[in-house]
Amino acid sequence: MKIRTIILFALLMPALAHAKLNVVATTPELAAIARDIGGNRIEVVSLAKPTEDTHFVDPKPSFVVKLARADALIEGGAELEIGWLPPLLENARNSRLATDAPGRIAIAPGVQLLEVPTALDRSKGDVHAMGNPHFMTDPLNAKIAAQRIADGLAKLDAAGAETYRSNLAKFNTRIDAKMIEWHKTLAPFLGKRIVAYHNTWPDFGARFGLKIDLFLEPKPGIPPTPASLAEVIAKMKAEHLRVVIVEPYQNRKTADAVAIATGAVVVPVAQYPGGVKGTEGGYVELIDYLVNAIAKGLAQ
Amino acid sequence: MKTVWLCILLALPAEMSLAVENSELDALKKQVLQMQQQLQQLQEKIQQLEAQKTVAPPATPAPATAWSPSQPITVARAGNAYMNMSFDALVNAGGSSKADVTKLQLGDHDPSQRGFSLRNAEIALDGAVDPYLKGFANIVLKLDNNNETEIELEEAYGQTTSLPLNLQLKAGQFFAAFGRQNQQHPHAWAFVDQPLIMNRVLGGDGLRNLGAQLSWLAPTPWYTEAMLGVFNGQGGTTFSFRDAANTYGRTALSRGLRGPGDLLFVPRLASSFDIGDTQTLVLGASAAFGPNDSGADTRTQIYGVDSYWKWKSPEAHGGFPFVSWQTEAMLRRYDAGADPTVPLPAETLEDWGFYSQVLWGFHLGWVLGLRGEFVSGSNGANDVADALLRGDRLRLSPNLTWYPTEFSKLRLQYNYDHGQAFGDAYSVWLQLEFLLGAHAAHKF
Repeated sequence: MKIRTIILFALLMPALAHAKLNVVATTPELAAIARDIGGNRIEVVSLAKPTEDTHFVDPKPSFVVKLARADALIEGGAELEIGWLPPLLENARNSRLATDAPGRIAIAPGVQLLEVPTALDRSKGDVHAMGNPHFMTDPLNAKIAAQRIADGLAKLDAAGAETYRSNLAKFNTRIDAKMIEWHKTLAPFLGKRIVAYHNTWPDFGARFGLKIDLFLEPKPGIPPTPASLAEVIAKMKAEHLRVVIVEPYQNRKTADAVAIATGAVVVPVAQYPGGVKGTEGGYVELIDYLVNAIAKGLAQ
Repeated sequence: MKTVWLCILLALPAEMSLAVENSELDALKKQVLQMQQQLQQLQEKIQQLEAQKTVAPPATPAPATAWSPSQPITVARAGNAYMNMSFDALVNAGGSSKADVTKLQLGDHDPSQRGFSLRNAEIALDGAVDPYLKGFANIVLKLDNNNETEIELEEAYGQTTSLPLNLQLKAGQFFAAFGRQNQQHPHAWAFVDQPLIMNRVLGGDGLRNLGAQLSWLAPTPWYTEAMLGVFNGQGGTTFSFRDAANTYGRTALSRGLRGPGDLLFVPRLASSFDIGDTQTLVLGASAAFGPNDSGADTRTQIYGVDSYWKWKSPEAHGGFPFVSWQTEAMLRRYDAGADPTVPLPAETLEDWGFYSQVLWGFHLGWVLGLRGEFVSGSNGANDVADALLRGDRLRLSPNLTWYPTEFSKLRLQYNYDHGQAFGDAYSVWLQLEFLLGAHAAHKF
C-alpha cells in the first residue's frame, strides 16, 4: 500500500511540478498578450495563424484536441470567430470552456466596439452584428484585454494571482510609455486619410487620429472590381492620398496596381504579431511596427 | 452633480464671510483653497483619463440594447437570440441527354427533371436548450416534378454538452455518422448530386433515422473520435435495412422490431493528423449492421473507408486558395431471402464502389472540382428489374463554383455518365444556392 502511494506520488510529481495552465487563444495577438501576463505559469497556443484571414479559419480536428484539453480559452468574442469556433467547441465537449465558465475569457464584452450596425443587412456586405471585431488594433483595448486575461487567469490559478497582477502592471506600464512615443511619431500626420484593403482599422485610426475609411473592397468581404477600384483611385488622386495598407492575406497585386495608378506607397501591415516580418516579438512590437511603417509611408 | 457641489462650496464662503470673525475666516479660506486645489487635481485627473480613453470620440453611438423597428431580424441575431435560424435553398436548372432524369439522378436532393428543379430548401434551427443540451432541427421542403411541395423532418435531435469522460450523446432523428458526405447537408456538398455509391448502399435520402449515438473523444495526442449509433433501422431513410420498398424483387416482410438484435448499429472511427501548418488529413472507417426486409432472418452489412486531405495557404484570404481531396469507398453485403412466389433464390448481393473528388480553390470565391466515380457488384437474380440499382456504372463530373459571398453560390456541373442499364448519358446542371439568416458553422 505504502509503495503504491510512493509510486503514485512519484508519477504525479512531474505532473504537479509542471501543472501549467493550458491556454488556447483564438488569434495570435491574444496569445501574445496571454504570454506576457501568464509568463511561465501558462502554456499558450493560438489557433489562427498570424498571416491568415481570421474570419475564415478551418475548424481543424487538431484544434478540437487542443480545446478539449484547455483550461482556458481566450477569444475576441465579437463574431470574428463565429464561422469556426462554435463547431470546434461543440466537438471539444470541454465544460471548462462553456459560456460563462471561468475558463472562457472573452475580450469584447469589456470593449466599446466601434461601428455597431443599427440594422442587420447583408446587402451591405459582411457586417458584424456586434460591431467591428478588429478592436485589438487599439493599444488601449489591448490593455483591457490584458486586464481581462489577468482576471481570468487569477480566477483559475489563485496561486499565480500575484504574478498575473504584477505582469499586468508591467504590461500596462509598457503600453503607457509606448503610447506617448506612438502618439509623438504619428502626431505630424493627425487627420490624414489612409486607404486600406478591408475595414480592419477603425480602432487604430481613432486612437491615433488617422482616417482609415477608404477601402479597396467596395463592401466588407466583397472583392474589389475594376469599377470600384477606379472610384477609389479617383478619390485618392483628388485628395492626394499617399498610403495604402494591406494585410498579408489580402491581394497585394491589387494594392500595388492602385498605388502605381496614384503614386501612393503600399505599406504591408498585420493585425497579428508575426504577420509581417519583425513583429514576432509580441503585441508592443507589432504596434511599434505599424506606427513606424505608417508614419514612414505618410512621410514620403 | 459635480458642478452643483462646486457652486455650493464656492458660494458658501462668500455668504459666511459677512458673519464670522477673522480667524475663522482665515481657517475657512484655507480650507476652501485646499478644496479648490483638490478639485482642480481631480478635474485634471479626469481630463487625463478621458484623454486616454478617447483621443477621438467614438463616431458611432453606443450599441443600442433595446429593440427598435430598424432591427428587422433581431430574432436571429447571433449571440443575442436563443437560436440560430436560417433558410437555405438550392435551385437547379439544366438538362440531360436522357429524358427521364430520375433514372440517372438517384439522390433525393439531386436535380429531378429537365429545366428547373428545387429539391432542397431547408429551414435550419439550432441553439442551446439549457446548460446540458443543444438542439438541432432541419426541416426540408422539396418540390416534386408536379411542383407539389414535399416536406421532411430531415433532422431533429438533442446533443449533450457536458458529459464527463469526453463523451457526447445525441438522440433523435439524424444522419448516421457513416463516412463523410452522409453527415453533410446538401448545401455543403461540393457537387450538385449525391455520389453513386451512396445512392446504392446508403440510399437516395442518405442513411438517417431515429436513434441515438454515443461518441468518445480519445485522449490521444492527435484527434481520434469513436462513435456508435443505434437506430430503428426502419423505413426509406435506411435503404439497405428494414426498408420495405427496397428488397430486390422479394416480397417485403415489413417486420417490426423483435429485439435489440433487429436494431441498426453504425460504428465509426475517425482520426486526423496535421501535416505541418498547412495540411490536414482526416481518415475514417465506418460500418453499418442490421436486418433487412427481404427475408425472415436476412441481414445487411456495409463497410466504408474515407479520407479527406486539405491544403490551405498560410496567407488564405476568405479561405482561399486551397486544394482538397476527398475519397470514400463502400462495400455492401445484402443477404436477400428466398422468395418462392416470385420466384427468387436466397443469395448475397455484393455492391461496392467509390468516388474521389479534388477541389481547387484557385482564386477568392472560385473553386474548380473534378469527381470520378465507379460502382459495381456481384450478379443478382433480379438484376434486370433492378438495373438502376445494380450493375457497373461510371460517372465523371467536372464543375466550377463561384461563391460571391459565403451566403450564396453558383455552380456549373457537367456529368458524363456510363451505365450498363442506359449506356452513355450527358448532363449539364446549374445550381444556385442562397442562405438567409444565421446558420451554424460547419465542421471540418
